[in-house]
Amino acid sequence: MSRHFVEASLRGFARALSGAFASEQTAAKRGLLQSFDPRARIVSIFVLVLTVTLCRSISAVAVLFLLAIFIALTSRVSVSSLAKRVWLIVFGFTGLIALPALFITPGDELASLGPLIITVQGARTATLLILRVETAVTLTTALVLSTQWTQVLRGLRSLRIPAEIVTMLAMTHRYIFLLIESANQMFESRQSRMIGHLSSSEQRHMAVRTAGVLLNKSIDLSNDVYLAMQARGFRGDIRLLDDPRMRTIDVAAILATIAAASLGLWVGR
Amino acid sequence: MSNVFDVQRASFDYEGIVALRDITLRVEGGQRVALVGANGSGKSTLLRLLDGLCFPSSGSVAVFGKAITPSTLQDDEFAFEFRKRVALVFQNPDVQLFNPTVFDEVAFGPLQLRLSREEILRRVGETMEFMGISQLKDRPPHRLSGGEKKRVALASALVLDPEVLLLDEPTSALDPKSQSQLIDLIQSWRSTSKTVVTATHQLDIVEDIADIVYIVQEGTIVGSGKPSEILGNSELLLRANLVHAHRHSHGGVVHSHPHSHRHSHHEHGHAHEHTHDEE
Repeated sequence: MSRHFVEASLRGFARALSGAFASEQTAAKRGLLQSFDPRARIVSIFVLVLTVTLCRSISAVAVLFLLAIFIALTSRVSVSSLAKRVWLIVFGFTGLIALPALFITPGDELASLGPLIITVQGARTATLLILRVETAVTLTTALVLSTQWTQVLRGLRSLRIPAEIVTMLAMTHRYIFLLIESANQMFESRQSRMIGHLSSSEQRHMAVRTAGVLLNKSIDLSNDVYLAMQARGFRGDIRLLDDPRMRTIDVAAILATIAAASLGLWVGR
Repeated sequence: MSNVFDVQRASFDYEGIVALRDITLRVEGGQRVALVGANGSGKSTLLRLLDGLCFPSSGSVAVFGKAITPSTLQDDEFAFEFRKRVALVFQNPDVQLFNPTVFDEVAFGPLQLRLSREEILRRVGETMEFMGISQLKDRPPHRLSGGEKKRVALASALVLDPEVLLLDEPTSALDPKSQSQLIDLIQSWRSTSKTVVTATHQLDIVEDIADIVYIVQEGTIVGSGKPSEILGNSELLLRANLVHAHRHSHGGVVHSHPHSHRHSHHEHGHAHEHTHDEE
């Protein structure tokens, strides 16, 4: 184990989290998804993900995968970002889960690896699983990278997701940056006063103490935030400004997606 | 002039620690008041008391002639009226900016007061324009600079068009330009009927932002008066830890005098108020 495992993990987590949320650059570009109302994007992507999940035919899911790639690329999501953040990781994780299916699914022999026999049905099941997950994650990544987090929240609100849930998500997103920044500053401050290296167990102890301090800070912060909300008239009911009606083109996009999804389901039934 | 705040012998304990002790204070409508004290003197707690965010353990706080208590604030009508007329800007803007975008932040207060959509859009637009933050409207608050955060925090209070503004260390963590812009803004309210209560430890802004000054030390008010009277009272400022004794020598003679870092352009970086307590 690396001597700086805990610290490196925290820094890595902070970087990954910041990167994951900071989709503003892609969202600001002109692209296919960006040209529609966030609500239309959310509904359309949700419908497509649902279709992928319900589709039983590999060829239909493969077509949907191609459609997902088309949507992502025309929404200015880079191929390298998709390959690194989605395809490779999903293939690794889902592949691991799907691997036993190759051998344990009963059926006709496709190939053999010593005593292990890969069946046609097993290969089909594993391929379908991997393709489904790749397609669903490609679609959601395209949505997340092409839509600002605030627009996602507004979209959820407009789709009648309860205001309490939307506000909770908004505040989590808002303050997670602050707490990550605090954690980083605490580590840097410790680093600036440290000579030599700490052992792994000392590092873990330090991380636990830091977590405790951060927890206290977040409790204080949440109390103060609640007071700040009260000071501006908050009485327990969340009130948000609803967005105006969607344009015709946004409604058309949703209808077109539903039609394509129905066709996909019929073909892949 | 009408009475805005009437604090009578108010004390406040926080987890067994006395934060405020026997505070008596009256604020008239249109007055500009500065609560001046060192860090931890109880200024912020006093502002929270005035804003009905905490309640005295003894004594009373009244606003517009009506007591602020947990039960009076339970009354929706009084609470709405109170929140519409009195607004607080917190010292730490990160506490105040809890919404996903600047626009949502400024719109939060009017939404809670159940104003109409058109009215909210109008007020938010005008306030952002007035505060020069229109270009930030879709930005998330965590991406803003310290000065921008302060301006957004102030806009989120001003959008309510309150009669009374409570400002907690409004110029802290601001660069000199943003600081003077903010002071100009507070000064511009002099001709209006707005009541402004500012908690600060910065002596150099007191004359610009206040007609009357209260010195707060260890939870009590130890002095009050016009800014010129207070700033001229070196002994009081020294006692309240707002200036410190500066010891140095002139031609071999060592002497000390109260010293505050008020004018950074000064040759020694401090205001010379020689008392010549030579040693």
